[in-house]
Amino acid sequence: MPSNNDGKKLTRRGFLKGAALGISSIAIPIGSADASVWDAFFQKHFTEMSKDEIQSTIARLEKEYKTDYGVDIKVGAEKAIPNVLFGYGLDLSRCIGCRRCVYACVNENNQSRHDPQIQWISVLRFKKGEKWVSDLEQSEMYYHPEKVPEDGFFYMPVACQQCERPPCVEVCPTKATWKEPDGIVVVDYDWCIGCRYCMAACPYGARHFNWAKPNIPKQEINPVTHYLGNRPRIKGCVEKCTFCIQRTRNGKYPACVEICPVGARKFGNLLDKDSEIRYCIDKKRVFRLKEDLNTSPKFYYFFSL
Amino acid sequence: MKKLKSNFSLLTFHLSLLISILCLIGFEVITPINTAAEDASKITFIQEGIPKFFVPPPPFTEGIFPCSNCHSGMETNPKRRELKDEHTNIVFKHAEKQRWCLDCHNASDRDVLHLTDGRLIPFTESYALCGQCHGEIYRDWKVGIHGKRTGSWNGEKTYRLCAHCHNPHDPKFKQLKPEPPPLKPSENGIIQTQAKERN
Repeated sequence: MPSNNDGKKLTRRGFLKGAALGISSIAIPIGSADASVWDAFFQKHFTEMSKDEIQSTIARLEKEYKTDYGVDIKVGAEKAIPNVLFGYGLDLSRCIGCRRCVYACVNENNQSRHDPQIQWISVLRFKKGEKWVSDLEQSEMYYHPEKVPEDGFFYMPVACQQCERPPCVEVCPTKATWKEPDGIVVVDYDWCIGCRYCMAACPYGARHFNWAKPNIPKQEINPVTHYLGNRPRIKGCVEKCTFCIQRTRNGKYPACVEICPVGARKFGNLLDKDSEIRYCIDKKRVFRLKEDLNTSPKFYYFFSL
Repeated sequence: MKKLKSNFSLLTFHLSLLISILCLIGFEVITPINTAAEDASKITFIQEGIPKFFVPPPPFTEGIFPCSNCHSGMETNPKRRELKDEHTNIVFKHAEKQRWCLDCHNASDRDVLHLTDGRLIPFTESYALCGQCHGEIYRDWKVGIHGKRTGSWNGEKTYRLCAHCHNPHDPKFKQLKPEPPPLKPSENGIIQTQAKERN
């Protein structure tokens, strides 16, 4: 029987303790010269990080992106502008269902192009005159005619509605998603555990999951990113529209607003009474989707004709 | 004493209000009207006192402007007709039963347009002409909720002239080819792609 130096017998308890210590010590990457593995493991939740910790995390992420993609990606961490609550308006009389907003969003926000293909905006097609307001599931999103708009149909793009009372935030078990002061519901991709409970909770189907490592063509990567927005994601995290947080927090319109060829999209600050979105709410008959669920979305639809 | 002070401050307030109103009126009166030749990239909303916004220059066909290159020597024929010699490529489908070319284009100086009351406006301010009939759209466009705007939601924006999106001679939008639809969930994933490649 093996014995220790005291001459006492090695007990079962002692053997198990030693084995546990031994196995767990193998897991510790002390041999690795790369401290980033250690840092990544101990990375805190974004809202709990101090300014310095955010800076060092961003520096590590930028280095990793350079290795992975060969592109100098800048990750920003701009805070919400005070006295701003973003609102979005969409003129359903004008939308022609061309899907240019979908692909402008894909390019701006570094979404996975294939395996899986992720698109934050879905354009739904409804037949004019048929029941639709209370029955959005009857829509067609896979339409592909030769030309749009088609006679007898109208089109409604849907993305994250940035709810004021978001069900996704309520159900997240790790608080990896939360509502920022400017109204944008964001995800800390490194904190998300990928349980997809938020995807089940969202009534608008606005959240998308990275089932595999995202595939983004290197030459199409947008290098101007935000930590909570369009930085390249990892396998196993949830993503969604962030109102182009990397653009709007620097005063620019979201990419979908700028690309729309018919000017159907309106964006602005709900707290500014002179903004375009406030004008729409005041002068047009606006409505929001699934209002009976009390999510209070920030996305206002209207028909101007 | 108190009453005297409050009367005095009230008087000052009324006086300053009057002065500022007079200043605003004075400013509007002296605002110049731009011609197409000068400053084609800036724009002023004439008669309304609305501040300047940047609008790109009018989308002329190459070489067509200034119109006076050809028209300064020509005699004007004000008879309503279908043009046979020149400008035959223009398809006119915009209230064509009610109007013809010279109802918008100024007969005596082809480098400008004219409103119904005879006022001349440059091509860079053609929105004023469109706004005569399309008043609600014009109102919405001035505020920024009609048509495309790019730039800053809280700062400088780029508007577009009506003519940048709507061909004034044939304004109805042509249909576009839509971008591809999303992949169905059954086709969207690494397992499906690998299965397809194997077959």
